[in-house]
Amino acid sequence: MALKPKPVRVAATLAAALLAVAGCSSPTASPGGTGNAGTLVVATAGEPDTLNPVLNYGVDGASLIFDGLVARDARNELVPALARELPTVSADGKTVTAKLREGVLFHDGSPLTAQDVAFTYQAVLDPTVDSTLRSDLDMLVSVTAPDPATVVFTLKYAYAPFLQRLALGIVPAKAFAGQDVNKAGFNRKPVGTGPYRVTSWTPGDRLVLAANETYWGGKPANSGVVVAFVADDNVRAQRMRAGEFDAAELAPKLASGFEGRNGYRVHKVPTADYRGVMLPMGNPVTGDLAIRRALNVAVDRQAMVTGVLGGAGEPAFGPVPPTSEYAEPSIKGKPAADIAGAAASLDAAGWKPGPDGIRVKDGRTAAFTLMYPATDSLRKELALAVTADAKKAGIKVTPEGLTWDAITPRMGNDALIMGYGTPYDPDFVSYKLFSSAFAGQGFFNPGSYRSAVTDAALRDGRDNADAAARKAAYATFQKQLAADVPWVFLTYLQHTYVLKDAVTGVTPRVEPHEHDVANSIWWNVHTWTKKS
Amino acid sequence: MTGRRRLAGAGTVVRRRLLVAVPVLAATSMGMFALGAASPIDPAQQYAGAAAFTTSEENLAQIRANWGVDDPLPVQYARWVGNLLRGDLGWSTSRHEPVTSVLASRAGWTLLLVGTALALVLVASVLLGTLAAYRRGGWFDRALRAVAYAVQSMPVFWIGLAAIAVFALSLGWLPAGGLTDITATGTDPADVARHLVLPVTVLAISQAPWFVLFVRDAVAESLRDDHVLAARARGLPGRVVLFGHALRTALLPFLTLVGTHLPELVGGAVLVETVFSLPGLGAVTVEAALGADFPLLAATTLATAVVVLTANLLTDLAYAAADPRVRLDD
Repeated sequence: MALKPKPVRVAATLAAALLAVAGCSSPTASPGGTGNAGTLVVATAGEPDTLNPVLNYGVDGASLIFDGLVARDARNELVPALARELPTVSADGKTVTAKLREGVLFHDGSPLTAQDVAFTYQAVLDPTVDSTLRSDLDMLVSVTAPDPATVVFTLKYAYAPFLQRLALGIVPAKAFAGQDVNKAGFNRKPVGTGPYRVTSWTPGDRLVLAANETYWGGKPANSGVVVAFVADDNVRAQRMRAGEFDAAELAPKLASGFEGRNGYRVHKVPTADYRGVMLPMGNPVTGDLAIRRALNVAVDRQAMVTGVLGGAGEPAFGPVPPTSEYAEPSIKGKPAADIAGAAASLDAAGWKPGPDGIRVKDGRTAAFTLMYPATDSLRKELALAVTADAKKAGIKVTPEGLTWDAITPRMGNDALIMGYGTPYDPDFVSYKLFSSAFAGQGFFNPGSYRSAVTDAALRDGRDNADAAARKAAYATFQKQLAADVPWVFLTYLQHTYVLKDAVTGVTPRVEPHEHDVANSIWWNVHTWTKKS
Repeated sequence: MTGRRRLAGAGTVVRRRLLVAVPVLAATSMGMFALGAASPIDPAQQYAGAAAFTTSEENLAQIRANWGVDDPLPVQYARWVGNLLRGDLGWSTSRHEPVTSVLASRAGWTLLLVGTALALVLVASVLLGTLAAYRRGGWFDRALRAVAYAVQSMPVFWIGLAAIAVFALSLGWLPAGGLTDITATGTDPADVARHLVLPVTVLAISQAPWFVLFVRDAVAESLRDDHVLAARARGLPGRVVLFGHALRTALLPFLTLVGTHLPELVGGAVLVETVFSLPGLGAVTVEAALGADFPLLAATTLATAVVVLTANLLTDLAYAAADPRVRLDD
């Protein structure tokens, strides 16, 4: 590695002189260049717009700065965090009690009390707070702190996965005394109980975190983490290649450039992040069960995984990922296309090939529009793949790339490539996506799919505290969905990361759709070390 | 001496321009709000991001109500102007912080980038353009023009990535991006300067062809002017003729070009900031537009408008100083 040859020094001095004239820097005595060997540098595409969990930062745990009452381990199973043990649920399922761990301190040295926990949840519920988490806590009536070590949650109705919602990071109540939560300085300079405290956040550039030496879970194995925000994929790859980062999130095709490269390794992390085609019931073509079923077998999922995803994914047949304990093993189609099967079932349903090969029934052509967000190249390629596969079965799909604002009003009538998913609980996404109660409500159930069986199964899934009963309910749900095919699920993605070989302690776990600063491969970065 | 006399009317001109600037800025901001009202983008949905898939309509409606973004356009505009007069630029919904702090933390870097690049472009284009004109048709002239046309056809983005590949990855001379070394604890000027070498150079190179070709043509043209030919006929040295006579005539229209070309330079800066991961106003402005964040968008639009108006004023003043035929007090 060449160390600052002379011409650069000269240029740097010249530019430094200019900078002094411009006078917009705050000179510090820091020696730029030599980094702390104990500090890890990770690069992400997305930057949070706030660091306050109440406003939706790092909600599902692994926020690096905060802890929830519970956390998730490497298998995404709940473990106690700020709660001494997993909170207890009353017999009727409507009261949840958590006992706090003793001696936990916030980064400013003040002790954590039940009052802080109550405040955090009350802030989410407060309608004047701009929190998008409120609808996730629909079931919550009140949170109280009967004594400094006890928190009691009162629910409107029994909600089996409620403990999953307790991974929300806890903020100190006194930091918000007399302040508007939306505009508090805390949102940029947060104080938590987590393994790292915030040293500085330069928006658009990076977030610098220092190890919390007195972390209740044990002192972090490294001295700090720098999260660099680099929105452009190619730039992130270039800077990774220049050796600036210890770990970076990269698109599969860019990550594959590092495979076999000396000093680097690539991690492909399984996710619950699916892509699928939402088929609206209001459209006479996609509303026809025979068309939906034919499409479901006509798509070549394996080809999409190898071609579009560059191998970084797996075929998807439903909204519950195969890694989930709730995945129903019988919901497993063929990864390759079955054009003959699709053609046979279309023939049987009366969809006969017309003169141009496109099928026709009762004077109606088997044609529909498939929308996708134009800026999302992955969804675009999937839409094109679906179009090509459907044509082989005699269904004419017209792909159309649009902005979300153009897509939203048309979702009731035109098919759409959707993407979302979480590994934590099948209720989280599926309840609102497939319940008839949410038909036509924004992004919830845009295709207005209605099934009494599905509704009942989803309701059973959230009401039942019993694990076996829940499993049975979600098995029913998945079978019914496979029979009705309101969506053609295509693939689960793998999130790909490039790491320097020197980094040890990496334990990937199944990731949700969102994976920026939190919930990425660096969910347990406080246990990572770097050989120098 | 003569310069002072020529600028005698400058005060009046500045006052007159300010009188024009106010309605221009008012119209710009109103236009911005009107366009915004016509946009179908829901700022609350943008704010929610991927959480929009799990956030209920009531939840989003409540956030919109908190922000007052569903209020009628005149109400929103009046509120914005009222705050502005009190020195408050409002609340950025896309960044979730006051607009003033967004500008404070970022505008400086963009100004530094654009200002340094502009200075570099001006010096380089005057020197190179004049030399090329002096030996018109020679190898230097032909090579310079070929390079200028080639660079003109390259996207800024591509030049930036190529510069990173060569100077950061292959040669290892300069950092590939960022404002400071990634583990630095502050903004040390030398460190920042080292990080700005590539972005400033890339921005300057991408903008230079226009200016270089313009100077070259203008100087070549004026070398054939009567007064220049006369100067040469009087036996003045080539250097004096070139820089004292020909270049001076050619520079007048060049000043106008600088003024009108400024918005393009700002546009280039947006891309350069992206390629080199600099925390300037570029990415934030794009984000504000995509997120229907009117307070932030209005602030950046106004700031750009102010810069352009100021640049035009300075151009005219410079014009007056340079050209004896132009009088400001007319």
